[in-house]
Amino acid sequence: MRTSLKCIVLLSVVSMASCNKEITQRNMQFGALNPDKIDTSAGKWEPVLLSSATEFACDLPIAVTSPDYKLQLLEIKSRQAHMTDADEAALKYWSAGTVLRWNEILRELVAKYNLPPYQNPDGTYPIPSSANPLAYPYFPFANPPYAARAYAYVSAAQYDALVTAYHYKGSYRRLRPSAVDNTIKELVPVVKDFAYPSEEAVVAGATFGMMSLLFPGEQDYLQEKLNECIDMRILAGANVRSEVEAGVKLGKAVAAKFVGRARTDRAEKAVGTPADWTKLESDAIARGETPWISQESPKRPPMLPLFGRTIGFLMDTTEVINNRPPAPPSTGSAEFAKELDEVLWYSQNASREHMRIVHFWGDGAGTYTPPGHWNAIACEDFANLRFSEVRWARNLALLNMAMFDAAICCWDAKYAYFNPRPSQVNNKIKTLTGLPNFPAYTSGHSTFSGAAATILGHIFPGRAADYMSMADEASKSRLYGAIHYRSDIETGMNMGKMVGTKAVNRAKTDGAD
Amino acid sequence: MRKIAGLLTFNMCISLFAQTESDALFMAKRNLCGGFVYGNTSWNHYWEGTFYRDNANIGSFKSNAVMAMANYGIGNGLNIIASSAWIDNRVTAGTLIGQKGIQDLNLFLKKELWAKDIKGFNSSLVAVGGVSAPLTNYVADYLPISIGMRSKTVSMRLLGDVQKGHWYGTASAMYTRRNNVTIDRNAYYTTEMIYSNQVVMPDVFSYNIRLGWRDGADKYFELLADRMNTLGGFDMRKNDMPFLSNNMEAFRVGFNVKYPVPVLRGLSLMATGMQTLSGRNMGKATTLMAGVVYQADFTKGDKK
Repeated sequence: MRTSLKCIVLLSVVSMASCNKEITQRNMQFGALNPDKIDTSAGKWEPVLLSSATEFACDLPIAVTSPDYKLQLLEIKSRQAHMTDADEAALKYWSAGTVLRWNEILRELVAKYNLPPYQNPDGTYPIPSSANPLAYPYFPFANPPYAARAYAYVSAAQYDALVTAYHYKGSYRRLRPSAVDNTIKELVPVVKDFAYPSEEAVVAGATFGMMSLLFPGEQDYLQEKLNECIDMRILAGANVRSEVEAGVKLGKAVAAKFVGRARTDRAEKAVGTPADWTKLESDAIARGETPWISQESPKRPPMLPLFGRTIGFLMDTTEVINNRPPAPPSTGSAEFAKELDEVLWYSQNASREHMRIVHFWGDGAGTYTPPGHWNAIACEDFANLRFSEVRWARNLALLNMAMFDAAICCWDAKYAYFNPRPSQVNNKIKTLTGLPNFPAYTSGHSTFSGAAATILGHIFPGRAADYMSMADEASKSRLYGAIHYRSDIETGMNMGKMVGTKAVNRAKTDGAD
Repeated sequence: MRKIAGLLTFNMCISLFAQTESDALFMAKRNLCGGFVYGNTSWNHYWEGTFYRDNANIGSFKSNAVMAMANYGIGNGLNIIASSAWIDNRVTAGTLIGQKGIQDLNLFLKKELWAKDIKGFNSSLVAVGGVSAPLTNYVADYLPISIGMRSKTVSMRLLGDVQKGHWYGTASAMYTRRNNVTIDRNAYYTTEMIYSNQVVMPDVFSYNIRLGWRDGADKYFELLADRMNTLGGFDMRKNDMPFLSNNMEAFRVGFNVKYPVPVLRGLSLMATGMQTLSGRNMGKATTLMAGVVYQADFTKGDKK
């Protein structure tokens, strides 16, 4: 009897002690960024929004012989002499790449803000206000279109800021601290080119400027990240203070131009008005179709019905309308009935593998959205590809501009046709994931994924087939999940590929290929 | 002694309440007790963090379960208990599909550490060690509808029991170590982004008090109160879905009753009712259960 008791105790103690609960996160395994190509000509690459790399000025650096510069070298030494464990962790974290880490910060804020507002007592819904971001409902509701736009603006601003920075680096040719003073230790791999302005600080400044508009309630958090980011450049011995200060200033100046564009790209009006919402419904009825009706309770207005009029980076509104896909099967047609039956079949015959696929690609409320998922996929691959910071930014800008324009095209189609979700038409259809609160045609997941896989396949041809099969799985996950018809996912995928090709065309001529 | 105590109750935190092991009663050596219990749990309000709300997109949560269990006397004062359940969870509003299937296997080894009659008070101390693991590949990351949490657990309960005449009181406390859970997603947000398909599950502490009247082990009526809380975890945000590693708490009260069937020797009926009074990131659940257990004595026919 004593033995069995010992067994119980031993079993418990062993199991409790033997397995540490700590988990290994993939993004914490990235090594320090050590580009295999410096991309010194990036100052000549084509910016997205700026007229040229010299649109914003960057003051002359102080002379390396000046007392100020010497003091700044001393600052590095003093910083390194007082390094803490927390510094060491932060140094390792930021050394993986500045564009990468800011992209992760953006994904995190998207997930944090991607929750639909809770209803008012009268059954209506409050609309988040950028003027009052800290009061509930918090601004923004970072839903997929909002997120797609945010990723695009941040990435494009980073890219334009870096093109500018590379131009000035090449023209000022300021040596890095360790090349000026060989007693300066470099604690991370430092690119053997020029140090003024600090490209990492440029990225930080551009991102801070852009994200302050997109997530106005997070300025303290963003400032803290910016401070840490530039502090690590000094601690690493990679830049002196005047180099990071010039970088932040330049990055913020470039961001201000993007902020100006964002304020006038019509996205702010995308929520629409009650009159717009009613008209969508009556127009669909006038066409002889069953209109989309919110399946939420209380009924929630459709998500960003006017987002299709937002001005993207790759296509103008006319192009968006000209590329609008033909109408989905009429809700009264035999073809529609057939597609509806197929959805019902998937709802009633969900295999465990289908559940896995639906949940893996779900990317619904409270997540970084499908565009965020593709950013994560891209970043995990890029981390092995030894890109320079400017190439990182350029590739993510292409990816995110493609997904932003894909969102615009998709939302244009959704509200041009305003067709119902399968579970609206047949209440026997139960869904394996949350039902999005907007019309079905075309599938957002499919459009995002088609666009992402197309441009990523161009950037990294070795994985092109993998990206396409991932996109295919993401797309099908919406049919398996019983929230989309086959025509939504197939047309969405083709539309995504069309937009992705526009990003590929830009990539071929932007000077980086 | 042959009782399987409080029954499995299932709500948003199903495996935490597998209290087949939380009393001071033992099956005698080479006695086997087996049975089935049907249970129904429902709620239409829940705590989103500390915010008490309903949700018209869920309506009511309904769980139906059939649990099978067995308790065998390895020795006097030493029992092994096994249980598992088939569960069907669904919601009455909104579009989300229900889930059903076989959940976890729970195993407990229960040992009487000490027993003494102190001035007419029959007192005992009992230790119960438990392990649990999922029996099927059910989906965990689909709360509140998923049928379980998939966490492999190890638990240790210490229990004290005092009886005077037919009246008794039992108090126990349990610590449950919960292993990480693997989910179908490879990134998720808690209070920060986590880039892994592993979820760190906070451990669970619970305690339980019962007061009742019993006549042998087949006939009793007791009132009970229990409280569980995870040691850590995070709150659901407004309008977010629940997640496996939420900070979960529940305080519940209820009753257990067991009564032998007069004619059929060895057969007993049991019933349980539990009501959640307060909680956090869980449903305000009402649970009703009814079961039948049969006891077989394998010492019969043995030479005396």
